[in-house]
Amino acid sequence: MKLALITDLHANREAVTAVMEHARDRGIDRHVFLGDFVGYGADPGWVVDLVRDCVAQGAIAVMGNHDAAVVRGTQPTMIPEARLVVEWTRARLDAAQIAFLASLPMSATEGDCLFVHANAWAPAAWGYIVGRGEAARSLYATDAHVTFCGHVHEPRLYHLSGVGKCGDFVPVPGMPIPLSAQRRWLVIPGSAGQPRDGNPAACYATYDTDGGTLTYHRVPYDLETTGAKIRAAGLPQRLAERLDDGH
Amino acid sequence: MDTDAPHGPRAGEVIDGFRLEERAHQGGMAHLWYVTRVDGHDPMPLIMKVPRLKGGSDPTTIVGFEVEQMIMPTLSGVHVPKFVAKGDVTRQPYIVMERVGGPSLKPRLDVAPIPVEEVVEIGWKVATALHDLHRQHVVHLDVKPSNILFRRHADGAAGDAVLIDYGLSRHDHLPDLLDEEFELPMGTGPYMSPEQVRGIRNDPRSDLFALGVMLYHLTTGQRPFGAPETVRGLRQRLFIDPVPPRAIRRDCPPWLQEIILRCIEVQADRRHETAAQLAFDLQHPDQVALTERAERTARGSAMRRTKRWLAAIGVEPKVEINAAEQAVRSPILLAAIDITGAEPALLDAVRHTVQRLLQTEPGARLACLAVMRTNRIAMDDLTDADGGSKHLNMLVQLKHWARPVVKALDLQRDGRSGRVTFHVLEAPDAATAIVDYARKNQVDHVVMGARSSGALRRYLGSVSAQVVAESECTVTVVRAPTPGE
Repeated sequence: MKLALITDLHANREAVTAVMEHARDRGIDRHVFLGDFVGYGADPGWVVDLVRDCVAQGAIAVMGNHDAAVVRGTQPTMIPEARLVVEWTRARLDAAQIAFLASLPMSATEGDCLFVHANAWAPAAWGYIVGRGEAARSLYATDAHVTFCGHVHEPRLYHLSGVGKCGDFVPVPGMPIPLSAQRRWLVIPGSAGQPRDGNPAACYATYDTDGGTLTYHRVPYDLETTGAKIRAAGLPQRLAERLDDGH
Repeated sequence: MDTDAPHGPRAGEVIDGFRLEERAHQGGMAHLWYVTRVDGHDPMPLIMKVPRLKGGSDPTTIVGFEVEQMIMPTLSGVHVPKFVAKGDVTRQPYIVMERVGGPSLKPRLDVAPIPVEEVVEIGWKVATALHDLHRQHVVHLDVKPSNILFRRHADGAAGDAVLIDYGLSRHDHLPDLLDEEFELPMGTGPYMSPEQVRGIRNDPRSDLFALGVMLYHLTTGQRPFGAPETVRGLRQRLFIDPVPPRAIRRDCPPWLQEIILRCIEVQADRRHETAAQLAFDLQHPDQVALTERAERTARGSAMRRTKRWLAAIGVEPKVEINAAEQAVRSPILLAAIDITGAEPALLDAVRHTVQRLLQTEPGARLACLAVMRTNRIAMDDLTDADGGSKHLNMLVQLKHWARPVVKALDLQRDGRSGRVTFHVLEAPDAATAIVDYARKNQVDHVVMGARSSGALRRYLGSVSAQVVAESECTVTVVRAPTPGE
């Protein structure tokens, strides 16, 4: 089965549309959404509806910290910019949309794969995987062969060998990577709706469960329209600018 | 798991549709089996490599096999064995690949020194194979005689070099599973480059060092750095200059010593920029720019040893290069010049284009080529009316044509010599000669003039159009500016 791993959509309709079309052209069997459907962008309702429709058709979706904040209120650790957008977002979602976000699980498993927004050791505490140390901590917290995470917006691949050595890798888009059975892997596809590695193209990944092959992708999208919507909505100007510079 | 154990594979056993016929080889790391497909559809002779994994006691073997399983399916072309299938390490690990019929390079090393012509032929064949690998984003990192096979032509002659065993290799676009995994340098003692000794795994010029060690051995019958088995022993190559080949073998030509000693320079920056440039030098001995290396008659003085040592301590880990980038960054540019037929304006235009391209590629190398058309049937008279050689005359004109570029870019300054070379080919068909030359020398970019329109072009067809159609590389066809109407 061929999965599309899409994360940190952040209410970016244009990016998500481009990613969905790109994935469709690659014969995807199932979508997996790794959280943070809202926040930062101007189209939260449209993105939540899309994810909800996909879940109704068999997709997997887990909760992200921005989704939790819209449902339960913001955490003190959230940056002011994000907090402002959470309040703005909550006012634009209807009861059914908020109920859908509230119903999302913290993690999901399928075969030997684990899907979770932040990490495997404490999913609800939202700790970031910023290096090998956190990656190893997450990999030791699960038996899954492959863990797929969002939360961190830059694409990365971590691997843990049988003797406990952890390595990391900055993936090259379009290059199929065979995930060998003799080590365990942690996959961060990178953000679809707000990439931060200097490349503004939307991130996502595909994983072929039969061959064990992972491919990272970058998809250019109409970020001028997205930026214009953010400005028109009265959201912070910087949220539009950072889409353009990819940071 | 232990594949030597009673449950290990045996002759007659069938694994995933492949029948094990006969054990071909028993190595320290793996068994090789001749296999056939049970369904009988064998497009080529096959071999199965089964690692000897002993209860996790040898992590290098396990990870090395994992690396090879990851990299081999990404490779293609005549210089690698064709990948066919692989088996999961958690079940029965194996790789099935094309069986390359020819011999390895090892027997030739055992009888070294061998004739200079054969050293050179082996050198350019292996360099050509390495360039092809580097262009596929892979640094081999374990180039040694037993990992080099030669395809066999129908008549029994040795053909293209094939590189095998990717257990220590690194692919630019795939995770490096060996990086960080092991504390000790990885490679084979006699052939390991100084940067590999220091744990650097991303420089394609490490493979040129290994090839240089083999060429040294084939030429002299001796290893330049011995066969050390300790890290301390390995590190000696950072400080001690090898004995120059000509001090051991009197008939080693200076240009071959130049090439060999350049390959085994302690600093990668002082080696050939790419394997293609090394292959080029090996095929054009008369064009090799000789430096002090060619003249050495004895192992380095105290002064030069100090220099080597200073160079060595300057070797800091660098991560800015990767295999394919390096191969692309030092391209070979071929200027194919119709030196006797083209209009001056066109010759100027081609020269300007060449100069612009060279300015943007500081590592580039320029080969200037003219084709002297010979009659298809009769033997041509190669002397002109005054008794001078037509060949020499064309060479002189070609050098004169290139002179402004050579001067403007200082291409023959000390240390940069060899950046420009001149060649006059004798062939009945210019386009075919240019295409063949470009292919054989891994040329990256051909620049040539377009023939002006006219009756001659209609009769003869366009040389540039044929080169564009048949070349494997980029071709730029330059037109002279049209005068204003």
